[in-house]
Amino acid sequence: MSIDFSKATGIHDDALRLRAERTKVLASNVANVSTPGYQARDIDFAASLRSALGSGDGFVDDLPLDTGGQDLMYRVPYHPAQDGNTVELGVEQAAFAQNAMEFQTSLTFVNMKLKGLAKAISGQ
Amino acid sequence: MSFKQISQIAGSAMSAQTVRLNTIASNLANAQSAAGTPDSTYHARKPVFAALAAREGLGEQQLPGARVQVLDVVESQEPLRKAYEPENPLANENGEVFYPNVNPVAEMTDMLSASRAFETNVEVLSRVKSMQQSLLRLGDA
Repeated sequence: MSIDFSKATGIHDDALRLRAERTKVLASNVANVSTPGYQARDIDFAASLRSALGSGDGFVDDLPLDTGGQDLMYRVPYHPAQDGNTVELGVEQAAFAQNAMEFQTSLTFVNMKLKGLAKAISGQ
Repeated sequence: MSFKQISQIAGSAMSAQTVRLNTIASNLANAQSAAGTPDSTYHARKPVFAALAAREGLGEQQLPGARVQVLDVVESQEPLRKAYEPENPLANENGEVFYPNVNPVAEMTDMLSASRAFETNVEVLSRVKSMQQSLLRLGDA
């Protein structure tokens, strides 16, 4: 019996990577809040999940996240600015905070998996 | 993980907002700098921002981020304020002096907007820093 370390953390390392990438996209939106014509973008997690679901055979016990080839979508603003900038600071800050929390959640899951493995190895 | 790029993005925004604050300070300081000819009068300055897609080192699983760059600092084309002040030593032969086209109210609101944008990016940086630190503590008890 052997432990496959690449599979041990399951979906969470993919999730962590995607969260970190999304942090970059959201940080870009916040950074360009006063750039004329800048259009806010985001990753569509639901579409990523759907494409992962669609590729499966219906029953999935370990659902992979589609981390490759995900598309950046354009944010639809509530009140478009006159200079063509579609960043709304409140929306972006909320998304950023939510994304950071979800990053911490994924991190906690990975940490718990690692602790379990450490216990299994030390035979406690 | 792309934390380095996030820091660069937030840092570029902070320096761009600093340039903006710099021009605002210059405009407000020179709001009353009169001159005898329109050409030698101080004109209000505005920075022009542009998004710069950060594509260097782009792996196949990396999404593009966008940094902020200051394309140029342009001078306002608003008309100058002409005043009749024959006692002013700078007045021309008609007794007129020209005052800069600085709008102090617009500059003050612009200053608030710039400093808030700066602070937001500082928050982004500190949040990313705590994310990176908790990633480094992975596996600790």
